This record gives sequence, structure tokens and C-alpha cells, in this order.
Amino acid sequence: MSSFLFLIPFLAAIAIIFGSPARLTARGAAIATFLLGMYAATDWSNAMWSFTFSALTIPSLDMAFGFLNGTSVVMVALAVIVLLAAVFTGKAPEGREKLYFASSLLIGAGAIGAFVSTDLFFFYAFHELALIPTFLMIGLLGRGSRKEIAWKITIYLGVGSLILLAGLVWLAREAGTYNIITMLAAQKAGTLQIDPTTQKSIAALLIVGFGTLVSLFPFHSWAAPAYASAPAPTAMLHAGVLKKFGLYGLLQLAVPLLPIGMNAWLTPLLVLLLGNILWVGLVTINQKRLDSMLGHSSVMHMGYIFLALAAVVASNAAGKTNQFGIPAATVLMFAHGISIAMLFGLADRIERSTGSLDFSDLGGLAKPAPVLAFLFGIAGMASLGLPGLANFSGEVMVFLAGFEGRDATASLGPVQIATILSLWGVVISAVYVLRAYRNTFQGPTVNSTVSATDLTLMEKIPAILLAIALLVVGIYPRILLQLLS
Amino acid sequence: MSPAWYLLLLPLVVAAVNHLLLSKQHNIAALVSTASAVATFAIAVSLIGSTASPESYTWISVGDWKLDIGITLDPLSTGMMIVVTGVGMLVHIFSLAYMKEDSAKARYFTGLSLFMFSMTGIVLANNFIMTFIFWELVGLSSYLLIGHWYQKDSAADASKKAFLTNRIGDFGFMIGILLLWNITGTFTFGEMKVPSGLETGILSAAVLCIFCGAVGKSAQLPLHVWLPDAMEGPTPVSALIHAATMVAAGVYMLFRMQLSLGFEVFQTLQASTIIAWTGGITSLVAALMAIQQNDIKRVLAYSTLSQLGYMVMAVGFVAGDAGMFHLFTHAWFKALLFLGSGAVIYACHHEQDIWKMGGLLKKMPITGFTFLIGFLALIAVPGTSGFFSKELILEAAHKAGSPLFWIAAFVALLTPFYMTRLFVVAFLGKTKSDHADHAHEVGPLMWGPLALLAVMGLIAGYPFINKLAPALPDHAGEFHFGFIAIVSLVALIGGVLGGFLLYNGKTKDPLSIPLLQNRFYIDRLYDNFIVKYLQDAFAAIVHFFDELFINGLFVGGISRGAQGLGLLIRRMQSGNLQTYAAFLGAGVLFVIYLVVF
Repeated sequence: MSSFLFLIPFLAAIAIIFGSPARLTARGAAIATFLLGMYAATDWSNAMWSFTFSALTIPSLDMAFGFLNGTSVVMVALAVIVLLAAVFTGKAPEGREKLYFASSLLIGAGAIGAFVSTDLFFFYAFHELALIPTFLMIGLLGRGSRKEIAWKITIYLGVGSLILLAGLVWLAREAGTYNIITMLAAQKAGTLQIDPTTQKSIAALLIVGFGTLVSLFPFHSWAAPAYASAPAPTAMLHAGVLKKFGLYGLLQLAVPLLPIGMNAWLTPLLVLLLGNILWVGLVTINQKRLDSMLGHSSVMHMGYIFLALAAVVASNAAGKTNQFGIPAATVLMFAHGISIAMLFGLADRIERSTGSLDFSDLGGLAKPAPVLAFLFGIAGMASLGLPGLANFSGEVMVFLAGFEGRDATASLGPVQIATILSLWGVVISAVYVLRAYRNTFQGPTVNSTVSATDLTLMEKIPAILLAIALLVVGIYPRILLQLLS
Repeated sequence: MSPAWYLLLLPLVVAAVNHLLLSKQHNIAALVSTASAVATFAIAVSLIGSTASPESYTWISVGDWKLDIGITLDPLSTGMMIVVTGVGMLVHIFSLAYMKEDSAKARYFTGLSLFMFSMTGIVLANNFIMTFIFWELVGLSSYLLIGHWYQKDSAADASKKAFLTNRIGDFGFMIGILLLWNITGTFTFGEMKVPSGLETGILSAAVLCIFCGAVGKSAQLPLHVWLPDAMEGPTPVSALIHAATMVAAGVYMLFRMQLSLGFEVFQTLQASTIIAWTGGITSLVAALMAIQQNDIKRVLAYSTLSQLGYMVMAVGFVAGDAGMFHLFTHAWFKALLFLGSGAVIYACHHEQDIWKMGGLLKKMPITGFTFLIGFLALIAVPGTSGFFSKELILEAAHKAGSPLFWIAAFVALLTPFYMTRLFVVAFLGKTKSDHADHAHEVGPLMWGPLALLAVMGLIAGYPFINKLAPALPDHAGEFHFGFIAIVSLVALIGGVLGGFLLYNGKTKDPLSIPLLQNRFYIDRLYDNFIVKYLQDAFAAIVHFFDELFINGLFVGGISRGAQGLGLLIRRMQSGNLQTYAAFLGAGVLFVIYLVVF
């Protein structure tokens, strides 16, 4: 059954390429995927979701799908929600509807495929599949110097993927299987013992490989220009969903399978994630355009999810369990995905309405477009971590994970110091979000905004869908947490 | 569900209904909000004396750990709710008239209801995470209400400044909550205990971090800069949020913490001394700044800072009950003064400069007379509520044997001085502008709340009102003639006489002290140095290096290397986009190669 989750958008994309009406097919497929995904989330432990099919016998290669654990379910839920919002957002350029809608579906299909793969090979391949339409969308329909940017991220993510591939293949060789469930079971049973030096090398490859895909500092510079250039649905799907692939991989593979290896890189990892939060945070403050500010902010917030992983790694190494780390990372991945998708979607609408995303051209937009201002405000507040919205639920658990089980009389460990420094990022986020809001929506109206229009009913739908997701998880985070227990 | 939950949730429901359904029905939205404020006041009154803790709900649960959203009912919280809902109700009623003409009245009342919800949450919270959640939410409602007239640049900037300054405090607050969690093993107030034999430095560090939150919210030095700017919001908002309730939340939270951990541990804590000095210095500096302000709301804003400094100082002396008592009396008379200034501003067609007022006592006798009562209570004339509570704070400072006693006594001289200046210039003498000349008394929806607040300003200090107050020192409302009383009476008389002699009959300020007019240049230091150089210039430098090294050299190097590889492929392909796809496809092929062979 789980294969339908990616087959629906995949087949719909193919149908569009062969002439099916693009917008209608895409929206229908996204709704169907959404409904199936929501149903899967309510009943994911049922055996009907898992599925294995022998693709090759010698050497053995299985197509295996299913949910590894609750985190996979949450990621699928994120993917189907954002996919639904994405196909209802933005405006396809004249004559490019096929490319526009088929790409969204393919990115969605690839991301979902990766999250439901229980086999390492397909886990990797689905992500690669999703990258191709991402590059095409930026290269063909992007804004600004799109060819250059498309080229840059192709090379960038290509190199990252190759490094990752080396790590994954090595890991599979050590584990003697490509089946992730088998690997995790062996690790739990104690039969999978990778020697520390090998662990360290594989961990390095995975941190750099996955890290590049998630824009871990200093491999982040592809992200902001790519999101600023990408058409809205692509930015929503990549920043919101596909990028989480890297974190998801670290969380599902590297953290449980390579405890020693990951711990060996703990301090460098902490430094790098602080690079995301503080360094990129400051870069974000200095942005002069809304789209590049959002792109950088998305890079910055990855740091908090890495922090949750680091807390788990450190606790595991000390022989303690960290109850908060994995739930924190999972909730925050979901929350960030929803909020950044909402921000990119609305930013696109602002640009179509005002003709610019340059802060110096904007101002007072709340007057002509109060609903747009309200919804953007919700997404912005979520992104700066306001309680009651999903991101806070995740962030507060990240901070709890950082301090969990610490002896009050002991001095602060590296994870606690990183947590304290990363808390300053909460101030930084507030600075750039409120500045952006101030410059875009508040103050007197200016030339570009005076005749701007508010959202139409059709434009409200995707934003309201995402806003509801932010509110529900913010007020009642257990809706996600119960999937994880 | 316990009525306490209705107390918390009713304003939230009203805010949601107002925003989603009534955003165009301005008058209905206003009435719905006001009705809910009256209802919450009734519930708050009915809760007086109850201590049974209502049912709680789990917010987060992971593994075997869970965090509940629950309600604490004790004299502290129920008493504080009387302040919040009492002042809140009167401010809602006053606003009906004050905001009558506003084109976004529904949004304004939505903001007020959202604030009532958030503030109730802080007061009733039974654990620190919940306090933090509502702490941030009052910040949001304050942001929305300060920025109510967001099309004005000054209002938009002030709201942003308020939020950001509070965020800086909350940075410390969150660290403190985490550190205290490590010490006590819980977030729940009722279960907190300091392990015996704990080194006091560890607790001090946690307490000081938590105190940062109070420094932000209660606008203590050095994070006080947002509060005077917050006066850009509608005046009733200033009365409710920026005088009576939200800014006092810092004091409330500190007292709640002391109550939970036990007062004894704070007696010898280094952190207590720092808290007391922060409060004391804030009260002095703010009172000095108030002397040279000409905007009626700004004078009151600095006076609020100064009085909050008193309360924080009392908490630092582990006399938080005196601080809470002052919070209680101050809430009524300061709300009265702010609403009174609102009535004046309304009557004078939005003139806020006291040097363009004058003679208002005659023009607006009810407003003028109630303002006079608020003024007397603030300067602590014997018999008014402010006198009793201020006396206890001075007593605590004296008992601690701290030099802060003399600072507090000096502030007790400055307060009557600047308030007499305000009253003499704005309400007595001749009218100084056409606006003041044409001023006439406001309607009953406005003077009604003023009259009720005036009554509370007079009687809130007496023992028979004790039941309502959040926390009361043993001998609240009693008066002993002694050293402290003499000092405060001398200060009072000196301040009033000085102010009267200097300002009576004047049409412009005879004093001109640039240092005080410019608020010790602190705001300018922050704007021009810290924001512009430390933050923005630093951010620009980081951005530059990000572009130069990470994007330009480091990553550029890798991608140029890869580009060479790409060129190779490009030669074999025609067209650019095929190249991208091919390059990627190469990755997939490579896997297949590895797996299969």
C-alpha cells in the first residue's frame, strides 16, 4: 500500500507528460495522495503498508517499502500536506503548465518514495529522482540568473550525493545488507558491530554527504540562491520536504548505526550547526530581499534539528537515553517544512502582486492585503518560534534535549554550551522576521503596494491548510508525538 | 471543566471569533470582547479563596516524561487575576468610547482579548514552560497592540522594538528555566525543591538567568528602552498592558519562583543582591528621566519604570510580598493615571504635550479630579493606597541595611517632584493652546472607569481589601510613625513643594537638562551603536565573508573542479539541461554499477 503514496503522484506526472490536463491532474493526484497519506498516518503500524518485492536475485536487490518508524510517518504526512499546498500555489507560466505541474508531482513522489523506502538503494535513488525536476524547474522557469544557479546546485548536490553514496555503500557493505530494517534490527540485537575506525570514516562521509543536502554550514551556499530563484512550488517542496531527506537519513541511519563514529565528530558537528544558527543567522539579518532572507532563514533553522541529533549522539555515547532528541528533531522537521513552504508560497504571491521582493520597494502591504498579512504573520511567527505554533513545540524540545539528564553540579558540557549559544538564534530569528514584516507589511503604503490585491479564495486555500497544520501541532504536539512512541 | 479554565479560555475563544467572524462588525466585536471581560472578572471574583487545583491536560509527552498544562489556584494567582480582570474590564469599557472612531476597532478588541488570554495564562500557569509560553504570547499581543496604528512608522518601529527587546530577556529566561530544571528536576511550581547542600552559586546562576526574563518584561535597566516607545499604542492599551498588568508580570514571576523554591534560600543568594540593585537603579534612573519629559504619556511611562524598579527591588530584598502589594495598589492608580491621560488626549484632539495643555481641572472636572487622586496615590500621600505599599518597600530596604534605602528615599522625592510638575502644568493655571481651550469633559463610558479606579486608588491599601490582593505582608495597611515615615514624609513634602514652586504659572520648562531629556543617551547608544554596528555591521561583515570564502573560494573551488568534469560530459551532450540531468543520472548509474557488479 505504501507504494501508492508515491505511485499516485508519479503516474499522474507521467500522465501529464502524455497530455492529461496538467492542473487538474496534478490537483486531483495531490488530493488523493494527501488523503491516502492521512489515512496511513492513522494506521501506519498495520502490516498492509509494508511491501517487499525482489527486483534482482543475484546480487539480491529488493524493492522494499514501508514505514521504518513514526518518524517516517511524520515525514510522509509533511510531504503530502506540502505537496497539496504546492499544487494549489503559484501560477504556471503560459505554455509551461506540463513542466510546472509534473515537476511538483515528481518532487513530491521522490520525497515520499525516499521516506517510505526501507531499502538503502531505493532510499537514495528516490531522492536523486526528485532532484532532477528540481534542477529543471530552476533552470527553465527560475528567476534571476537561473542557468548559473541551476548549474551551481546541480554540481553542489551532485557532489554531495556522490559523497553520500560512497558512505551508504560502505555502510551497506559493513552491514551485509541493503535492507534498513534488517540493519536496525541487527544493531539492536547487537549482531551488527562496525569497528570504530570504520564507523568514524562512514560517519564523516554521511555527515558531509547528507549535510550538503541539508545545507549544513559551510556547505550551505547553494540553498538561498536556489530557493530565491526557484518557482514557488519547487521552493516549497524542496525547502519544505525534500531537504529533510538529509536529516532524515542521519536520524534513521547514522545516529543508530554509527554511535561511536558520530560521537567522534560531535564537537565538529556542534561547531558546524552553530555556524548554521549564528553565522548564517547573521547573514540572514543582512539580506535586502524577502526571498533570499527566507532562503537563508531556512538554512539557519536546520541548525536546531542538527542540535537535536547531536544531543542524542552525546547521550548515547554516555550510555544514557535521550528521550527528547528524536521527537524534537521530528517535530521540528515537520514544523519547519510547513512554515517555510507557507512563507515561500506567500512570498511568491507578494511578488506577483507588487512586482518586487526588494525590501526597499515594499511597505504597508497589510492595508491593501490584510488576509495576506495575517497569514504571512502566522508563518513568520511560527518561524521565529512563537508558542502555539508548531516550530516552538519542536524547538523547546530541542532545548530540553540539550539539557536532559545533566547533573546540575557538573559544569556545562559541549552540547549544553551549544544549546545556550543556539538560543541566541531565537533572538536573531526574531530580528529578521520582524524586520521583514515591518518592511513589507507595515508603515505607509508605497507605489508598488498601494494597488496590491488581497488573496483570492483559491489562493487562501493552500495557506490556510498550512496554517492549520502549524496551529494544530503548536497547540497539540502530541498529534505527532503519539506516532513516535 | 473547572471555572478557572473558562477564565483562561473564554478570551481566546472571543479573540478567535472576533477575528474570524466579526472582523467587519466593529461594534459587535467590541461589545463581545467587553462582555467577555466582564464575565472573566465575575469568574475571577468567584475564584477568590479557592485553592483546589483544577484538572490539567498533557501538552507534551515523550517516553515516560510528560508536561502538563495546568492551573495553580492560590491567593497569589487569584488575587492577581482580580487585578488583571478588574483593570482589564475597565479598560475594555473605556476603550468603547476611546476607540469609537477607529477604523480597525474589531482588530483592536481582538488584540485586547488575546492579551487577556495570554496574561491569564501567565498568572494561572503551574509550571515554568507554561509561564514561558504565555510570556511569549503576551509579548505578541503587546506587539500587535503597540502596532495597532501600524501605518505610522513610529508605531511599527515601537512594536518591533518591544518584541525584540523582550526576546533578548527571554534568551536568558529560557536558559534559566533549563538550569533550574537541572537543579530541581521539575518545571512544576508545586514540586520544586532545592536539594540540600547545593552550592549557592549554581542556584544564583539559574536565578539570574530567569531574572533576565523579568528584566525584559518588566522593563528594567538595561532593557527598559522599549516601554516608553510602547506609548505609541492606543492609550487604554498603555494603561492595561504597559502599566498595570503585563509589565508587572516579571515581578509576579519572580515572586512565584521564590514562593516555589522557598524564601529562605533567597536570603543569602548573591543573585538577590543583584536583583535588588537592578530594581533600585532602574527606579532612580527612570525617575530622573521622567523629570524632563514633556509628553504626558511618557512621563507616566517613566514613572511606571520607576515604580516597577521599586517592586523588583523589594523582590531582591526577599520582601516580594511588599513588592506584590505595591504591584496591587500601583495597578489601580497607574491605570487610572493612564486612562486619565487618555481622556485628556481624547479631549485635546490628540495633543500629548503637557506644555500645550493647562487649566484642564476646570475644563474636565471629573477627569481632573480623578487624575488628582491617582497623582496623590502615586506620590504616596498618607491615607492613599500607594502610601501603604511604598512604606513597606522602604521598610524592606531599611531592614536590609542597604544603601539602596537612600536611593529609594531619593526616588520618593523625585516622584512627587515630576508628578507635581505634570499636574501643575497640565491641569492648573491657564490653558496653553487652542486644543486645551476647547477641551470638555468626556462621556460616562470614560469617566465611569476613571471613577471606579479612583476609588480603588484610594482604598486598595486598607486591610478590608486584603482578600483581593495577591500577597500581603503581615502588617499591610498599618501605619507606624517612625524613622521611615519621617523620611518618606520629608521626601513627599520636599518633592511637591519643589515641583509646585518651580512650575506653577510657567508656560515653558524652566529646567533644561539635556542628559535627562535624552534619557542618558541610552536609546541612542543602542540604536546607533549596538544595533547599527554590533549587529548590522557585524552581520554585513559575516555576509561578506560568507560570500567571499564559503561561497567564493571554498565552495567555488569545489564546484569549479566539478565544472571541469561537467564540461567533459557537456561535450558529449547537446544542450545545457540534458547535462544537468545526465550528471545526476550518472549518480544513479554509479549506484547500480556498484550494487550489480
